[in-house]
Amino acid sequence: MDGLLLQVAPPSPTFFSLSPEWGWYIVVYFFLGGIAGGAAFLSGLLDLLGERLDRRMTRIGYLIALAAIIVGGPLLIIDLTRPERFWHMFWRSDVGGPMFKVYSPLSIGVWIIVGFVLFVGLAALASLADVGRFPRWFARFGEGVPGKIVAIGCILTGSALAGYTGLVLTGTNRPLWGDTIWITLLFLLSGISAGGAAMILFGWRRGHPGTVHWLEEMEGYSSALELIVLAIIAATIWSVVRVVWGGVWGAILLFGVIVFGILAPIYLHWRPGAFGRATVPLAAVLVLLGSFLLRTMVILSSEAV
Amino acid sequence: MAIPMQATPVATPTGAAQPIEPAAGSALTPPGAFDAVPMGFFTDTTVCIGCKACEVACKNWNGLPADVVALSGNSYDNTLHLNGENWRHVQFIEQFSDDRADGRWLMMSDVCKHCVHAGCLEVCPTGAIIRTEYDTVVIQADVCNGCRDCIAACPFGVIEINPVSKTAMKCTLCYDRLQSGLQPACSAACPTASIRFGTIQELQEAATARVEQLNAQARDAGRPEDAYLYGADDSLLGGLNSFYLLVDRPEVYHLPATAKLPSQDLPAASALGVGGAIGLAALGAVSFRKRRMDSFAEAARDGRGEEGGRGEDRGEEAMGEER
Repeated sequence: MDGLLLQVAPPSPTFFSLSPEWGWYIVVYFFLGGIAGGAAFLSGLLDLLGERLDRRMTRIGYLIALAAIIVGGPLLIIDLTRPERFWHMFWRSDVGGPMFKVYSPLSIGVWIIVGFVLFVGLAALASLADVGRFPRWFARFGEGVPGKIVAIGCILTGSALAGYTGLVLTGTNRPLWGDTIWITLLFLLSGISAGGAAMILFGWRRGHPGTVHWLEEMEGYSSALELIVLAIIAATIWSVVRVVWGGVWGAILLFGVIVFGILAPIYLHWRPGAFGRATVPLAAVLVLLGSFLLRTMVILSSEAV
Repeated sequence: MAIPMQATPVATPTGAAQPIEPAAGSALTPPGAFDAVPMGFFTDTTVCIGCKACEVACKNWNGLPADVVALSGNSYDNTLHLNGENWRHVQFIEQFSDDRADGRWLMMSDVCKHCVHAGCLEVCPTGAIIRTEYDTVVIQADVCNGCRDCIAACPFGVIEINPVSKTAMKCTLCYDRLQSGLQPACSAACPTASIRFGTIQELQEAATARVEQLNAQARDAGRPEDAYLYGADDSLLGGLNSFYLLVDRPEVYHLPATAKLPSQDLPAASALGVGGAIGLAALGAVSFRKRRMDSFAEAARDGRGEEGGRGEDRGEEAMGEER
């Protein structure tokens, strides 16, 4: 930023900080992490509260969650400027022992990912074992008390994974990110709607219609709440938003995120026959697009300041 | 190789020298090191002449690479901001009327503030950033993995990645020199004592006296009493161990008037997230219940409650076969 401009007081003290230059690796990880967390959260709920007929979609959800974190997780390591030292986030290199700082969102996130992989991995393997595609022994993690513990673990770590990425941004002094407390909830809601959309996209033909309808409802609730949270952010830090989200970022927010990513899918749920059989997957694709653009916009707009 | 510069006295406005003597060593410090008490910088911007000796001394002692020489067009400032290669940065602020008949230069040697409550130290997920026995904040280059969260957490824009080590770097307040009883290279090189090094207590006393002196001069000359200290008390991040005497608003010197710790908003943000997750889980449970009730109601309406139940079982069996 041109230093001379700062002789005029900026809209927030956060404008004096420097950009960490978190780019596309982080954008894609946040997107995949949201899908993974949302899919695990919804699959855990289906597992815990649903019926046998919901199981097929539950399995699809767990597999999506596992695949998303397997693809997304390494992006965090690649993004480090010294990736060979990624293990310093797990283990104290000076005195030994696990590395954990309760007031460091990144440190919290590392352990959330560990817990997430553990629970979702068990749930996914159990669901595969349930249909004979993995050694039957693993099916015990999807049944009875162990199954309930794993499902609850997926709900807790899934929601944590979807939300902590917002906490990472709040725990900074960057414009927009450090100016509002609402990004964690925004990313959680967006992650759940994206996770639901991914489950619908991959499972709408094979899942029970009742399960698909439930997912559409959950996705709709999340999207509607997401819209409200966006409005709250704009209203509470307008002086920052008008600078950070001016120009092209505002256009992406308005059309990419709100119109195509939130309002259009809600309309398609309301009018399920609007595009014939393509309506359900189309709505899911739009939600995923909106979720990706939301993260792109939130991360890169602040980086551009 | 730089020539080690011996500890020199802190000159106060009243002329009374405050000697800084290396201690004999203690449990916390090696022999010849300064006593383990809070130490830092007091930068009196009114006597900075923009010579950049501090920038050069810093680069020299710390072995930092030279910048690519380019003219920024921003006054005499080609460093532009602190980063992983420039741990000192002399700002040149030109305040002139349009016809340039009236005006003044403001110059300030900027550096890491070594905050008492340091945001960078808070967020670092590897433990690479530590607080030393001198209450200063140091990044251990052999531990940092370059996640760059500290860059975003610092409210002053001090830290960046050093392109050679590929780790986050900033001023160490010459931790290595302090451990040998030497004052930091920048303050040793400063020809006008604009950068003063010492214990925080000594520096605060010297700074307070200097503000009184300047404001008394201004009062006598009929000018505004505009000298004040930035970061000397605990109102800004618990206090800055590198604090400044300024004569204009902080923003003019590219300093934030207020700053928050990154952890400040985490409890509220987490509570919103947890509340959102609980709320959505509750909505999901209600939605399940509604689905079940609708199913029962439909079965009862059709007068085939038992058949409906069996039908669901059949559906389940069918799905099982599909698997």
